[in-house]
Amino acid sequence: MSLLRPVIILLALAGLWQAVVWISDAPAYILPGPARVAAMLAARWPELLEHGALTLAEIVLGLVLGTLLGTTSALIIAWFRPARHWLMPVLVVSQAIPVFALAPILVLWLGYGMASKVAMATLIIYFPVTAAFFDGLRRTEPGWLDLARTMGGSRSSILRHIRIPAALPALTSGLRVATAVAPIGAVVGEWVGSSGGLGYLMLQANARMQIDLMFAALFVLGVFAVGLYYAVDWALRRALPWQADDAGPTD
Amino acid sequence: MLFEKLDLELPGGLITCLLGPSGVGKTSLLRLIAGLAHGAKGSVADHRATPVAGRIAYMAQQDLLLPWCSVLNNVLLGARLRGEATTGAIEARARELLARVRLADSALARPAQLSGGMRQRAALARTLMEQRPIVLMDEPFSGLDAITRYEIQALAARLLAGRTVLLVTHDPLEALRLGHRVQVMSGRPARLDAALEPPGEPPRDPADPALLTHQAELLKRLAQAREAP
Repeated sequence: MSLLRPVIILLALAGLWQAVVWISDAPAYILPGPARVAAMLAARWPELLEHGALTLAEIVLGLVLGTLLGTTSALIIAWFRPARHWLMPVLVVSQAIPVFALAPILVLWLGYGMASKVAMATLIIYFPVTAAFFDGLRRTEPGWLDLARTMGGSRSSILRHIRIPAALPALTSGLRVATAVAPIGAVVGEWVGSSGGLGYLMLQANARMQIDLMFAALFVLGVFAVGLYYAVDWALRRALPWQADDAGPTD
Repeated sequence: MLFEKLDLELPGGLITCLLGPSGVGKTSLLRLIAGLAHGAKGSVADHRATPVAGRIAYMAQQDLLLPWCSVLNNVLLGARLRGEATTGAIEARARELLARVRLADSALARPAQLSGGMRQRAALARTLMEQRPIVLMDEPFSGLDAITRYEIQALAARLLAGRTVLLVTHDPLEALRLGHRVQVMSGRPARLDAALEPPGEPPRDPADPALLTHQAELLKRLAQAREAP
């Protein structure tokens, strides 16, 4: 049943889509039906896959870099109390400025290649990862800290053996959010200026009124993003089997 | 002001039980002795006037087991925190302690797989693993059901023999089963009454008539303690 359900949902959505096409009688260059998009997928899948792989690589690299930067920042803020007052405003600013507004500058600095898109994805996930992990580090069960102090644990060993493991469930929530938003960064980066990737393909298709190709690219992006999310979710569950089961998408 | 010129003496090698109404400062006193609370003037020292910091093990009402560690690794937590080796002799001692609290088969289980009583026994093993001469316990068994509590009390009394123990509890029967000395704390600033010293060695048989006489006396003192200014 659990495997059948997504199939049924997909078929129902495709049916609804086809119904809208029939009722509105929209021309194919405005709203192509699912059959046309499927045909486009079948005809041009090597090209779609190639651009998709590029976008996926940008997303994954952005995730890795953003996670490294975010966890490091959170550890620094948690460890050095004075750093909190200096880094917190930077963090808030990094979240307050829309990353979209930075995209043209990043493309100008880092070029049309992958680097600017990776930087976009990194920036967009930096705040959720940092905030979630820092929050986890700050909310260690006080009883554990008391116990560790009576046992003669140093500050660094308490951080290593208690505070960091205790903060991992919070970090995984941050990583789930990050996985969901990272594709936004990569695709926006591709829209602003690029020579490849699904965002690039969509812009090109749009300019040539190949709306069916645009939808096909969108479909590939959706499949990759959802697949990545579930892969990350699965890996996080495997990594933290002791975590309560109520922290996943299944509930 | 919670405390003013309060003196508490813990005779070496004996179990002292501390009772009193909620909010009188039993837990605060325990935390002060453990070095976990600040803001009070005073000293905690042994009969040679040496500070006891670093010679205290602490056991709280919650088991405080780390959910990501196996039971064995929880018992070894102190060693890991101090950067000591956790293999060989140390691990053997941890396993032996687990056997003595009847958890030998659960050494590699995670705390979430254990019952409340088993978890508290694991916490007891972790406390004993510390090899500290002084053990402070804050209502360690109050979250357990009556039968489980009864069993773990007997176990704790045997395993804690020879250590200097301060046990905070709100259960008069528990205090009389386990304590060489039972004291009631009351009023604000807090005072301590003269210690009750039930006869015999803990764990005492709760059916002992002498124990029931003491329980009546203790209940009377607790009732007075609640009225104390």
